[in-house]
Amino acid sequence: MEQTLWPGVALHVVSGKGGTGKTTVAAALAMALARDGRRTLLMEVEGRQGISQVFDVPPLPYGERKVAVAPGGGEVWALAVDPEDALLDYLEIFYNLRRAGSALRRMGAVDFATTIAPGLRDVLLTGKACEVVRRSEKNAPDAYDAVVLDAPPTGRITRFLNVNSEVSGLAKVGPIRNHADLVMSVIASPRTAVHLVTLLEEMPVQETIDAVTELHDAELPVGGIFVNMTRNPVLSDEELELAVAGDLPADRIEAALRSVDFNAKSSAITATLIREGDDHARRVALERRESERLADLDVPVLSLPYLSDGIDLASLYELAELLRSQGVR
Amino acid sequence: MQAPPLHIDDLIDDRDVSIVVCTGAGGVGKTTTAAALALRAAERGRDVCVLTIDPARRLAQAMGLTELDNNPRAVPGIGGGGSLHAMMLDMKRTFDEVVEAHADPVRAQQILSNPFYEALSSSFAGTQEYMAMEKLGQLHADEDAPWDLIIVDTPPSRSALDFLDAPARLGSFLDGRFIRILTAPARGAGRGLGRIAAAGFGIFTGVLSKILGAQVLADVGTFVAAIDTTFGGFRERADATFALLQEPSTRFLVVATPEGDALREASYFVERLQQEGMPLGGLVVNRVQDVDRELLSADTALASAEKLSLEGEDADLTARLLTLHAGRLRTRERQHHLTERFTGAHPEVATTEVAALPEDVHDLAGLREVGELLARGESV
Repeated sequence: MEQTLWPGVALHVVSGKGGTGKTTVAAALAMALARDGRRTLLMEVEGRQGISQVFDVPPLPYGERKVAVAPGGGEVWALAVDPEDALLDYLEIFYNLRRAGSALRRMGAVDFATTIAPGLRDVLLTGKACEVVRRSEKNAPDAYDAVVLDAPPTGRITRFLNVNSEVSGLAKVGPIRNHADLVMSVIASPRTAVHLVTLLEEMPVQETIDAVTELHDAELPVGGIFVNMTRNPVLSDEELELAVAGDLPADRIEAALRSVDFNAKSSAITATLIREGDDHARRVALERRESERLADLDVPVLSLPYLSDGIDLASLYELAELLRSQGVR
Repeated sequence: MQAPPLHIDDLIDDRDVSIVVCTGAGGVGKTTTAAALALRAAERGRDVCVLTIDPARRLAQAMGLTELDNNPRAVPGIGGGGSLHAMMLDMKRTFDEVVEAHADPVRAQQILSNPFYEALSSSFAGTQEYMAMEKLGQLHADEDAPWDLIIVDTPPSRSALDFLDAPARLGSFLDGRFIRILTAPARGAGRGLGRIAAAGFGIFTGVLSKILGAQVLADVGTFVAAIDTTFGGFRERADATFALLQEPSTRFLVVATPEGDALREASYFVERLQQEGMPLGGLVVNRVQDVDRELLSADTALASAEKLSLEGEDADLTARLLTLHAGRLRTRERQHHLTERFTGAHPEVATTEVAALPEDVHDLAGLREVGELLARGESV
């Protein structure tokens, strides 16, 4: 029996450097966790409408919508959180102030309030995620089995999640402070896991390593590292060594090409194949170096392949299945 | 459809061009592009200053930037007749300097130690963009500076458009109606606003105090009063830099990778530049799969690979290399298709493609290579 990663985690926060495919991985994770009749919510907070593009559905309103069914009868729901709406929610839930809130929005005051206190915006967004997570404790009918948050990029993730320190400079006491404490009681607990998406390239790996350190320092729970767009080496280890050394046997390659009737072009093709083999070998060597640096972190590492045809709904099912085979369930 | 080629060398050699802004989605290689372009311009005889926002450590080291000190430093080892200065933006330091330059020491100290200023200068979402603009304005206005061309990298924003919008947002926030009211609570409710607004304002401050606490409002009030009496409107400063970006001596380079998200972002940005009357230099597509598309088709390569793999051991290596070649062609086809969609929507935008390098750039030689690729101005 394979192990199950992150048992008991209700909030999965997914971050990653720009261009690493963080939204795709978050979507695949929400799909994997929705198997066997479960219900998951995928949330985005950056106003990019990335979820609607991945699932190929119209732009999401501020409201929970079903976006896909998972194999085995599960459901993936999605929500695009907007800070203004989250503030109105907050006013309603805690102060019963929705009508005043609407008046404030008309005056542009909501935008003002989220601008005036930089931490406020983040507290509202993480607060919304925590509100959804807490539904399951109350056995609410609209509860989810897991929430996946497509969070801001790696460079900003610790600050985004560490709302406590963000508001501490602004509000030492008072309601926003209490709200921040409530949010931290979910985010800094074993019910949360912060995942980092990376590619096997120097910059994203370095950012991932830095983020793991920062998260540890802030006592936030690190979940796993998702290495995205991996490619298996086409050449054997021996051949890779030859390629790196510039020793791929041109004569044998050319002879093989002639044997399949590339007579006229065979030397040009040989030169191209050798150059590409060399390129490939350098790339594989780099990926292996970066892979080792990640392994040193002592955090579970999962990998997802590069899909040369791009990402569509069908490929999300494929990625979700691969995550399940690596212990996500 | 074929986009017109972007001739990078014509652009950097043009003495009438004094600012080049590199922009685009996060993770597309803006900083590397800006640095490579700056090095190339310098080695072709220009006196260049490159302003980078958040360079990777080794890229910074490649330019001799070992620490963040918010001042341009001469980069050694430049060939040709030009010169290169490089700097990394320290947004808090830049903000502090603006305050120090415009306020007397006592008042400057008041502002710098205000808790709201602390939060605003280090974590407000638009501060980095605003300070990048501010620094650009300063570098450009410096009459004694040795450079005549400034190349700017833009902050890693949520969206490329933030670079244009955030400064105005911060400016209008600091000059805005609500903040005026906060700084003069006694008269704000009575005069000018009328009864309805006054009633709304009562709710407004009430709710704000509820959410933020009265102390935060007091800090904001003190901060704005102090900053307002010492130097002019933030909005005016942001507007001045915005206008600089509309001058014909500025060129924007939109940077992307051949992926859907990055090209979509590039599209938004191109449309926005056209709308704002800002001069677009062209599109740089980074990390394009380098493969000879004329030599051998993917289908032929795969068919031959299959034949060879039946022949046994000795031909296996060739079969695998042919499979590798086919994979590269497929990737290239997909990238080409995505780039074509952009060109279809913006056929007038000059484009250059830069081949993906197998490894990251670590030194000036690496940057030179990227500069060389940029200058080819054609499809990979």
